[in-house]
Amino acid sequence: MAEALLSTPHLLGIKQVTAEDMETIFKTADGFKDVINRPIKKVPSLRDMTVANLFFENSTRTRISFELAEKRLSADIVNFSASTSSVKKGETLLDTVNNILAMKVDMVVMRHPHPGACVYLSRHIEAKIINAGDGAHEHPTQALLDCFSLREKFGHLKGLNVAIVGDILHSRVALSNIFALKKLGANVRVCGPPTLIPTFIKSLGVEVDYNLKSTLDWADAVNMLRIQLERQEIRYFPSLREYTMLYGLDRELLESLDKKLVVLHPGPINRGVEISSEVADHEQSIILDQVENGVAVRMAVLYLLAGSN
Amino acid sequence: MELNLFKGNKLEVTLSRLCHQLIENHGDFRNTVMLGMQPRGIYLSRRIHSLLADLSPQGDIPYGELDVTFFRDDFRRHGAPLMANQTRVDFLVEGKKVILIDDVLYTGRTVRAALDAMLAYGRPENVELLVLVDRHRMRQLPIEPRYVGIRVDTLETEKVIVRLKEGGHKDSVRIES
Repeated sequence: MAEALLSTPHLLGIKQVTAEDMETIFKTADGFKDVINRPIKKVPSLRDMTVANLFFENSTRTRISFELAEKRLSADIVNFSASTSSVKKGETLLDTVNNILAMKVDMVVMRHPHPGACVYLSRHIEAKIINAGDGAHEHPTQALLDCFSLREKFGHLKGLNVAIVGDILHSRVALSNIFALKKLGANVRVCGPPTLIPTFIKSLGVEVDYNLKSTLDWADAVNMLRIQLERQEIRYFPSLREYTMLYGLDRELLESLDKKLVVLHPGPINRGVEISSEVADHEQSIILDQVENGVAVRMAVLYLLAGSN
Repeated sequence: MELNLFKGNKLEVTLSRLCHQLIENHGDFRNTVMLGMQPRGIYLSRRIHSLLADLSPQGDIPYGELDVTFFRDDFRRHGAPLMANQTRVDFLVEGKKVILIDDVLYTGRTVRAALDAMLAYGRPENVELLVLVDRHRMRQLPIEPRYVGIRVDTLETEKVIVRLKEGGHKDSVRIES
């Protein structure tokens, strides 16, 4: 029987995984997608493991998705959020995590506002770590589920033209997606206001386009990102209304294209800003498929990391 | 060393006997379903399903393929996890007689996992096990097959390899040491 081994003991970022790792994760996620569509949505694989979900930053979707994935693998779970913890009393990250690990926790899923927090942690603790988003750096499981959804829709990623539109500068989803898509052989083009596209981005092998229409004409699929106002310390564009006029996707624009462009969005959606309500609920949008696939992909990541000793 | 377990047309004869035993016990298969076990039992179960369709043409017996990877009890206990395979079961087993099919029965642990995996599809009336090769006296759990192609005494160091044309090979069943 074929073995399913990842080349990395943690999932810190897509930068650290290979195309083969991603293929192994996708194949395993196929199995879990089948499991979560059965009447009994649970398997016993992780019944002797405890997973800590450490969220030092707000999250709804990712947190619920991880929690469901863990529960459907029969793991025991402890949840932690920074707003209700001793972090407010001045405890360091390493102390907080070591205290939790002293209670015999096997895996850590962590979201943290600082880039590299998971990498730092992985150098100091024994438990396996999954990055659930670190600042504006990486969000690997989001990229995996986006690619899994595209693979499901198109059957392959090689040669696919994928556009990422919006706040590229502050987006960990964009960076992880760029790494993942490039490793899987897709072509990537980023689009947004020049102030929100970092100049170094071309060194990752992606094209830059400041015009939404020409980007969409080129693309087979588009990932529409949210404007991350909470990370913007200065004004990057005159107004949201102007942003919407230049970079928002509405039904008129979507249906004016001579193909069925597939629309992705990592959520949370700001309806009427980056995409209109009609596009969010459009038949070409696979936003809810992404959410469903998120649980299967996270189950696969947890399962594969737990299994590698 | 290599030992061929089915010489000449013996495999066809054995498969035909297994089919007739199934017909003897299940009659018109009205309340019976068949489940092949991934990854390698499915080639045997596909063969038996199609042989039964020729021998007993009362109607198609519901047929599915079950993957037990996520239900194994050796996960995290030895080496790497195994690659999962597709489960194709589009019916419930609630109240049905289930014929579970695998190519080789060894420790019985995979069958235990299959019984666990099957629970997701309901409570069957009963479950019978059919195997082509029973590695006698190697069981670690109280699991016994009802239908057996051939029963062999093997050593732990030996391997039983079943290849069938459904898997893209020439039919052969061998013991390798």
